[in-house]
Amino acid sequence: MDFDLNESQALLQDSVRKSLTAKYGFENRKAYMAGETGWSREMWAQYAELGLLGLPFSEEDGGFGGGPEETMLVAEQMGRHITLEPWFSTVVLGGGLLRHGADAALRGELVPAIASGEALISLAQQERQSRYDLFDVTTTAKKDGSGWAITGRKGMVLHGDTADWFVVSARVAGGQRDKSGIGLFLVSAKAPGVEVRGFRMVDGGRAAEVDFTNARAHAVLGEAEGGLPILDRVVDEAIAALAAEAIGAMDVVHATTLDYMKTRQQFGRAIGSFQALQHKAADMLVAIEQSRSMAYFATMAAQGSNAFERRNNMHAVKAQIGRSQRFVGQQSIQLHGGIAMTMEYGAGHYFKRLTVNEAMFGDTDHHLRALADAGGLVQAA
Amino acid sequence: MELRFTDAEASFRDEVRAFLAAELPEATRQHLISGKSPTKEMVVEWQKKLNAKGWAAPEWPVEHGGPGWTPAQKYIFREELQMWPAPSPLGFNINMCGPVIIQFGTQEQKERFLPRMRNLDDWWCQGFSEPGAGSDLAGLKTKAVLENGEWVINGQKTWTTLAQHADWIFVLARTDPAAKKQEGISFFLVDMKTPGITVRPIITIEGGHEVNEVFFDDVKVPANLLVGEVNKGWDCAKYLLGNERFGQARVGASRERIRRLKTIAKETMDGGRPLIDDPEFRRQVTEMEVELKALEMTVMRVIANETKRAGTGKPDPATSVLKIKGTEIQQGVSELLMKAAGPYAWVDGDPDAEGTNEWDVAPDWAFGLAGIYFNWRKQSIYGGSNEIQRNIMAKAFLGL
Repeated sequence: MDFDLNESQALLQDSVRKSLTAKYGFENRKAYMAGETGWSREMWAQYAELGLLGLPFSEEDGGFGGGPEETMLVAEQMGRHITLEPWFSTVVLGGGLLRHGADAALRGELVPAIASGEALISLAQQERQSRYDLFDVTTTAKKDGSGWAITGRKGMVLHGDTADWFVVSARVAGGQRDKSGIGLFLVSAKAPGVEVRGFRMVDGGRAAEVDFTNARAHAVLGEAEGGLPILDRVVDEAIAALAAEAIGAMDVVHATTLDYMKTRQQFGRAIGSFQALQHKAADMLVAIEQSRSMAYFATMAAQGSNAFERRNNMHAVKAQIGRSQRFVGQQSIQLHGGIAMTMEYGAGHYFKRLTVNEAMFGDTDHHLRALADAGGLVQAA
Repeated sequence: MELRFTDAEASFRDEVRAFLAAELPEATRQHLISGKSPTKEMVVEWQKKLNAKGWAAPEWPVEHGGPGWTPAQKYIFREELQMWPAPSPLGFNINMCGPVIIQFGTQEQKERFLPRMRNLDDWWCQGFSEPGAGSDLAGLKTKAVLENGEWVINGQKTWTTLAQHADWIFVLARTDPAAKKQEGISFFLVDMKTPGITVRPIITIEGGHEVNEVFFDDVKVPANLLVGEVNKGWDCAKYLLGNERFGQARVGASRERIRRLKTIAKETMDGGRPLIDDPEFRRQVTEMEVELKALEMTVMRVIANETKRAGTGKPDPATSVLKIKGTEIQQGVSELLMKAAGPYAWVDGDPDAEGTNEWDVAPDWAFGLAGIYFNWRKQSIYGGSNEIQRNIMAKAFLGL
């Protein structure tokens, strides 16, 4: 066992850290959020320059051949600065869908454009009734000559308002909650019949509601009726990235809280000298260290080839980190007191990001129940 | 980054399992599966077998009979024993007093005590806590005075685990009453047969006899049984407590208990169906499993750090998690086991009795589960209470 970074991983971590430390302070972030797209094109270009946008793709596809460990390192740094750019939606989700679902020709068409920062992809899977079930799909895909026509409404499409492409989960066959008969379709945002309504999310990120009305698909990812296993696999990898992002955000908000406890004076002494508060801060550290362990586990487990086992492991990851990040977020506000309730102070922004991160692709309750229903991690004797 | 065990480590695990299958008496295994503590005879018999194999003292250097294992091997060995389940090597001998003698003892002390400790020819117990010195251990009052070349010890120790089995006790006593709290303490090795020692049982809330009071009334100890330097005993105590780090996570033990819990919950009916099918119960079990998985990975991180730094680095913040989470999980699982037994948890049997359930008034598996639940409340109190752990974390890692 070895949790150390190799030389190129250390270099990667260092370059991302330097770049974000220099250009992603609290005031920078506020300015990016207020900009036209709600995030920074300049930073996006910088990510491309650092190789982050092509990182997980193979070199023959035009990427840099990074693995889950590299994604984890980048995600953690993104979490430390609660960045706003569509790295998660385009590179982790979109990139994962292309890696696992697209054929070589399609990868050849899109990967170089993603790696250079020109193309943005968003996953459109959420529906009003589907909650956290990826297989609960009413959007339809109908054969239309040699192609497919997509009809339906997708919600909470991350960065959907700036996406050039959508990967849409749509039903080709079967009933609303059947696990087979679901396809993944690549649809251009400019295609006729695509209507996008963007909005800001509570954590400062952007998303969109997207209506597809007989929109023609540019391509199918994998088999037209066999998209769900691809989607499941990509989401499992995305959960590992979310885990690492949560660690980054928790580390920063915990450090901010400790700094404040050391400087804020009440009753003639630093509030950090009070034992009741110290124990809360210690419990935050316990939660964070357990989560950090789980984020490593996620990075390892997301590579598992047994889908059932992999899914159960990711349920455990989401459940453990979910509960921890809620605790850490809430306590960071509580230990600060009133100052952290203000928009002008950083902690609240981390709390909001942690809150959204917890529920992304299933909240703690969802994953605990799913893992319990699947029989848990330990087998009876 | 490589987050898995190596092939060599995996085959070491198989080797440990094969040894357990071949050498541990099935009666001992069944006794432990029922949740009872092993008897003295079980522990002694097993540790002699481990010692014959060269495995009785995983943490000791090779020159003192240690197996020369890597941290990962030590971890695997410990976890496999807990999961089997099998008795662990006696902690007082192997993890507490032995390492102190190896680190601070004279050549004569090493030769005289270490081989017998390893083979469990002598059963040791720990004379640290006192009625007035619990979490605040350095507040101890037991005194040792040098008279005619011998130390004379007077005072009282308490919470002395399994002193009723012990041949020897290691004792912290104050040798300089004028010095500051930690500075006037020495570390002694005392033969339990010495005149003036009285052991009085303390019966804990579940009815078991595990701990004792030990009284010292003019107990004479030869000068060559003081370990390290006079008035430097606190260094020995700190060293001993520092060695406890991994021990308290007990991941394997919790996994064994969860396995047991699930087996029971499959056979127990609740609302006309197996208890394991109750979503609320199942969720509570799953919460434990999830936290345990994280703890397992935390232990691995600590081990990986240990390998890298060879024990010389600053303490890893992850270590402080082990005691708190390890005990919370063990207590949580013991609570679920008692809940699984429902009303049949209420039979108040003698936890130290040889057989189980001799009156045939409850299912065999239910017998004693409440007792374990009551007894295991100790876990968040001993070894530095979980509140003390938080104080340590606040000071050492949070800078508060």
